[in-house]
Amino acid sequence: MTNTLHRFGNAESFSDDYVVFAIASKGKNDKDALPKLRRFLQIAAEYKPVNLGEGRHGGALRPSRDMSPVSHWKRDMTPDFQAVIDGLDHPTTCAAVFDNRVAAEDFVKRIKEEDLGLSVNISTSIDGAEQCCHHACIPRHSVGYSLGFEGKTEKLPNTQVMMLSTMCGHGMVSHQLARKMIDWVKEGRRTPDQAVTYMSRFCSCGVFNPARAKRILQESIDGK
Amino acid sequence: MRINPDKCVACGNCTYVCPMEAIYIDPVIKRATIKRDECVECYACYNGLSQEHLNPTFVRAIRKTFAALRIRFEPEPDVCPTAAFEPDELTWPRVVRRAFSDPRVPHESTGVEGRGTEEVKTNDVSGRVQVGEVGFTIEFGRPGVGVRFREIQVMCSALAKAGVAFEKKNPVTSLMTDVPTGTLREDILNEKVMSAIVEIKVPVERTEEVVRLVWDVEKKLNTIVALGVGTRCDPDGEERVVAPILERLGYKLERAKTNIGLGRAVPASQPAASRETINA
Repeated sequence: MTNTLHRFGNAESFSDDYVVFAIASKGKNDKDALPKLRRFLQIAAEYKPVNLGEGRHGGALRPSRDMSPVSHWKRDMTPDFQAVIDGLDHPTTCAAVFDNRVAAEDFVKRIKEEDLGLSVNISTSIDGAEQCCHHACIPRHSVGYSLGFEGKTEKLPNTQVMMLSTMCGHGMVSHQLARKMIDWVKEGRRTPDQAVTYMSRFCSCGVFNPARAKRILQESIDGK
Repeated sequence: MRINPDKCVACGNCTYVCPMEAIYIDPVIKRATIKRDECVECYACYNGLSQEHLNPTFVRAIRKTFAALRIRFEPEPDVCPTAAFEPDELTWPRVVRRAFSDPRVPHESTGVEGRGTEEVKTNDVSGRVQVGEVGFTIEFGRPGVGVRFREIQVMCSALAKAGVAFEKKNPVTSLMTDVPTGTLREDILNEKVMSAIVEIKVPVERTEEVVRLVWDVEKKLNTIVALGVGTRCDPDGEERVVAPILERLGYKLERAKTNIGLGRAVPASQPAASRETINA
């Protein structure tokens, strides 16, 4: 699935959403890709991402298979980037999510200098990606435009729900969960931070952007 | 996927996390139940919910007591308190559902790993889309709607009639019994999946024609279609060919995936390791 491409929102709404991911091409450069992908994640962690992830084990917040009942009152909401790096055991797509352009630009520049030989893509607004490339003095190689959602669009929920749920392009964050979290935050039953961690745990490759999600939830409280 | 009725305490958490809204509390048996035909075997419930292993009898007693006292029972919303979900052994053709819906499994049923292919993500290495070409990803079913293969069949037939080339290493193409006509296997047509991507490549001159064809066909479908259009930039990193066509067709281009060209192929003499592609 074109997992990060079809996030719902206008260009302005991606001002805090920069997904940079590395991928090896099957049969072309996947030999010895694992240490390079791990290096990609290690470098990303230096630039204060809001999420890190890989396709097989997920992001920096993960569900627990054996949760203690008492943990309801003290659940750890801190993203564990090191667990993502240490858990990478198979060449797959690795992603870093940033909530500001400067961090994304600096990371892209550093990745160019590291010369890992992996394909690197930036998924954000078209202008945002161009600025990252300009900062790193890289001409864009290829571009894949999202033309958005068409067809039976009457089946889709409202804008805020869509902006939250499409941040997991694999579709693991359901519309209903996003809607429930908006409602719970509005009712004061959970904080935006708590609601964001619930949704993050469902994203199976770690590209969910908790910073953008928190902003969207906050805006829902403010009635924007 | 199934929910063990001996374990389920009908807390309802899972009814919200199912992307297909296929889980409900059956009022007769008072247990969460899966509408089997709507379930796409994405495993969001099994993989996404944290699991506790509480005693179901104890939890039911607590819930009953709270309900009698009109006290709201409010567990964490991303937890199954009794680990009631149990994966089924999937057989053909149902296994296709999981292959197209659970992002953590490779396409065992189709022989192709990942839901799509690498498309422009590795174009700097693969050279799949060259200057003067456009690669389309036509995705069905997401977000949160799903699609049956019989609807994808309608689009494939129309594209085939137009004489476009389907990407060979694509899971949908691998399910075709006749690629020139875009005919999918008969036994999968009723299977529902989270999403599926048809990939084609055409000369840039045919961009508008393909978009208009998709517009025409998607009106007949009972699902969502998401179009992605990939192309090569010029040596300066600019893309001045396809964007104007799309804008002329009325699209406001907001978001894109940009391959920044850092990939490098290793010499062919070195054997490549097997890998799993999970699209990003």
